[in-house]
Amino acid sequence: MANGVSEMRDNDNRAALSRARGLGSARTGVHAWRWQRVTAAILVPLVIWSLASLIAVVGGGRETVVGWLARPGVAIPTILLLIALFWHMALGLTVVAEDYLHHNGVKIATVAVIQFGCLALGVAGVMAVALAIIAG
Amino acid sequence: MNNPSRPRSPHVQVYRPQLTSVLSFGHRLSGLFLSLGAVLLVGWLLTAATEAQAFINLNAWLGSLLGLLLLFIWTLALFFHLCNGIRHLLWDAVIGFELVAIYRSGWIVVFLSIALTLVTWALALWQMG
Repeated sequence: MANGVSEMRDNDNRAALSRARGLGSARTGVHAWRWQRVTAAILVPLVIWSLASLIAVVGGGRETVVGWLARPGVAIPTILLLIALFWHMALGLTVVAEDYLHHNGVKIATVAVIQFGCLALGVAGVMAVALAIIAG
Repeated sequence: MNNPSRPRSPHVQVYRPQLTSVLSFGHRLSGLFLSLGAVLLVGWLLTAATEAQAFINLNAWLGSLLGLLLLFIWTLALFFHLCNGIRHLLWDAVIGFELVAIYRSGWIVVFLSIALTLVTWALALWQMG
């Protein structure tokens, strides 16, 4: 990318605007931004609910927690929470990595780990709810 | 684009901290810290659903002084990220985007996140007896 820009500057006599347009939008930039907001809005009620709901079982033993998690009224919002949470987390951590990591290879590797890690964590969380339903 | 000899901006350390910049950085910092909490949440759910002994060990660690301290900071980070996140969503809808309103909502976020954290812990401790 760095070479591409300087090469272009050397043998390119297009106007500045035209050159900027040539480097510009891939037309997908707003996608991540929009989903960051959509998942945020979904998380507002889900986080408040889960905190209130968690407080009720947090002192209980394993039986209490599994029985609580297996109830449809808890399992469904919990699964929704896990999906929205790890989606939101993947988008947020990706932005942070893209802003502060300046070495391209490190950046790409970190973003890959973030996104795959969030997917794995989300799947693991949903699996835990499924196992609780089977056990309960 | 990755030319390291070019000057970098902003040089954060030369600016006097302002409520706006501190809360903005705090939003990222709390998001990073909450990501660790999300890993713990999945661990807690998975051990509850599968491994009795691991669940007991995890709960015992969470009940220790360090565990309780971390849980308290996680609660504060959660309420701060939640309140400040709503502030950001309102800005996206072009609500409260004048400088006076930005400072007012900033202080509301600070006090509300502390108050909600204290209320949550009072409720949790009262519930546990």
